Amino acid sequence: MAPRTLSEKLALLADAAKYDASCASSGGERRQSRDGSGLGSSGGAGICHAWAPDGRCISLLKILLTNFCIYDCAYCINRASSGVARARFTVDEVVTLTVEFYRRNYIEGLFLSSGILRSPDETMAEMVRVARTLREREHFRGYIHLKTIPDAAPELIAAAGKWADRLSINVELPTETALTRLAPEKSLRTIHGAMAEVKARGEAAKDCTARGTRAPRFAPAGQSTQMIIGADPATDGQILRRSARLYGDFALRRVYYSAFSPIPDAARTLPLIRPPLMREHRLYQADWLMRNYGFAADEITPETAMLDLEIDPKLAWALAHRALFPLDLNRAPRELLLRVPGLGPRSVARILAARRYRSLRYEDLKAIGCVIGKAEPFISLPGWSPRALPDAENLRARFAPPPEQLSLF
Amino acid sequence: MQVVLPRIGTVAAWRAEARRLAAAGVLPETVLWSVGEAAPDLFAASPAPRAASVAFRLPRVAVESIETALMHADPERFARAYVLVLRLARQEAIWGDRSDPALHRLLEQEKAVRRDIHQMHGFVRFREVTPPGANRRAFAAWFEPAHHILEAAAPFFARRFGDMDWLIATPTLTARFEAGELEILETANRATPPVDATEDLWRVYFANIFNPARLMVNAMTSHMPRKTWKNLPEAALIPDLIRTAPERVAAMRAAEAAAPGPKLQRRLRAISAQREGR
Repeated sequence: MAPRTLSEKLALLADAAKYDASCASSGGERRQSRDGSGLGSSGGAGICHAWAPDGRCISLLKILLTNFCIYDCAYCINRASSGVARARFTVDEVVTLTVEFYRRNYIEGLFLSSGILRSPDETMAEMVRVARTLREREHFRGYIHLKTIPDAAPELIAAAGKWADRLSINVELPTETALTRLAPEKSLRTIHGAMAEVKARGEAAKDCTARGTRAPRFAPAGQSTQMIIGADPATDGQILRRSARLYGDFALRRVYYSAFSPIPDAARTLPLIRPPLMREHRLYQADWLMRNYGFAADEITPETAMLDLEIDPKLAWALAHRALFPLDLNRAPRELLLRVPGLGPRSVARILAARRYRSLRYEDLKAIGCVIGKAEPFISLPGWSPRALPDAENLRARFAPPPEQLSLF
Repeated sequence: MQVVLPRIGTVAAWRAEARRLAAAGVLPETVLWSVGEAAPDLFAASPAPRAASVAFRLPRVAVESIETALMHADPERFARAYVLVLRLARQEAIWGDRSDPALHRLLEQEKAVRRDIHQMHGFVRFREVTPPGANRRAFAAWFEPAHHILEAAAPFFARRFGDMDWLIATPTLTARFEAGELEILETANRATPPVDATEDLWRVYFANIFNPARLMVNAMTSHMPRKTWKNLPEAALIPDLIRTAPERVAAMRAAEAAAPGPKLQRRLRAISAQREGR
């Protein structure tokens, strides 16, 4: 077979990387190169450089080092038994693509993942070499996210954290049963072990000892993970509880949810359905409620249940707790204001700030920036009272879409 | 009275003028603001009525918001901001009171400008124009922002691309970074830079990172409106990617995994031999 060109490799190894949802490039260290001593800057808000027609932002060059893989995970396009065409980048090819794309302002940096070539250690070492070459030889100060291979040696994880901004280890599936069935070479114990390692090193790097010595720099933008949704029978309740534990135990910055999507040459054991995009969307909303609105997983949905696809989880909670409403916007505490559909952290902050000076009226709501139509049944303030609205049987119907609008397509 | 602000340093000049006019007690309705060349002022000769002198001190956040909003394309922005600072100085308006319509509009314009700056940071596409034998690489871009943001947006590129020379031309102004010095000039050359071969690789990446099974065109255009497409090299691919997505997905569904061919079977045998040997 003729050797593949750089363009052919890029086509194959970008195609193979698109099932990873993360594209975050925010947080981490502030770096810049104004004095001409290097290339790139990072820190602060992430920047999206383009959007693909799937509605996802393109912020990082997201590629695989290679899609050769000795593992046979059923949900993965790159599993050993798949018939996809294979390719492998050299370290220098990845470095060149990253730097040349970066110089043209196409990207914020690199998100490098890989199939397992020969052994986890060998593959991880090569990924670390890419990051190190970018930092040391190219003086690259953009963002680097490395997908960490859980079975790799701890020294390699330490080296990865030295050069990268973020590390991630995918839990892949919501339950251990599914992991054993669909990813026979992976184990929950190893995955959690690697996450604990990343967490511990991250914490050590933030501390000083009494003598003022510091542990080496370690992934300042923290770690994240991804779960595939819809390839196994796990319920949303199970998934959210799993996420809550991951946030708690391993100090993850984000859990990403990736609707299982038909892949070329898919394994026969898996459902070749349309990817459950609405379910994925509701899981992200529920995840957001846990991280920013003070909701516990138990409050959002019972373990055995699925999220309501027709209405968002915050509205569903409010409809299930009608006795709490309507809330007096001029008196309710922050925690309760955050539970009102249509109010977000920013509008709640504006309400609290305005309340210090004067009493809020209905006419002020527009300027505060809340979604009035959504909040109306759940609030009262001078100029507005929902009267019997919160009790009305048809309140759900007011928000749920008519059936034909359900599909995202 | 007519005030002509310069095209470069417009906002700083407005601030100085506004302080001067306020101190002289000049009424907002008697000032005609413009940028660049002066428009003929029919009433320029008539003597303007004056009010009491006003000296203003505004909170820092207010100054930042007003100055950001002054980059908006709205031609009335200078006059409106002058009215607003006088009202703030006389405490007829309170900073942060979003129920005040003038303040609300200003904050909305500030938001639009910030969004435009953020978009520019993402959507500028450099093409390499390094002359032979140069010791610094050089890049150029043509960009069309919605508001007058080049001066505010340029320092970001200087922090990011410190080791190369670059130039971003817009229909009015050009930012040039050469040997570490950032300059803002009037745009002289309106030609788009010559094509860069790396754009082909970028298009390969764009086409292949797209997942046809998740087609969501509105989600894309809400962030990357069609009017931005003409200066994005990858955007020319979008119509075809959208058109062929359904058939690609149908083909994936129809093609059940083929039984491994002889080559794949050999590789699988090799992998299991390796795993057992470990």
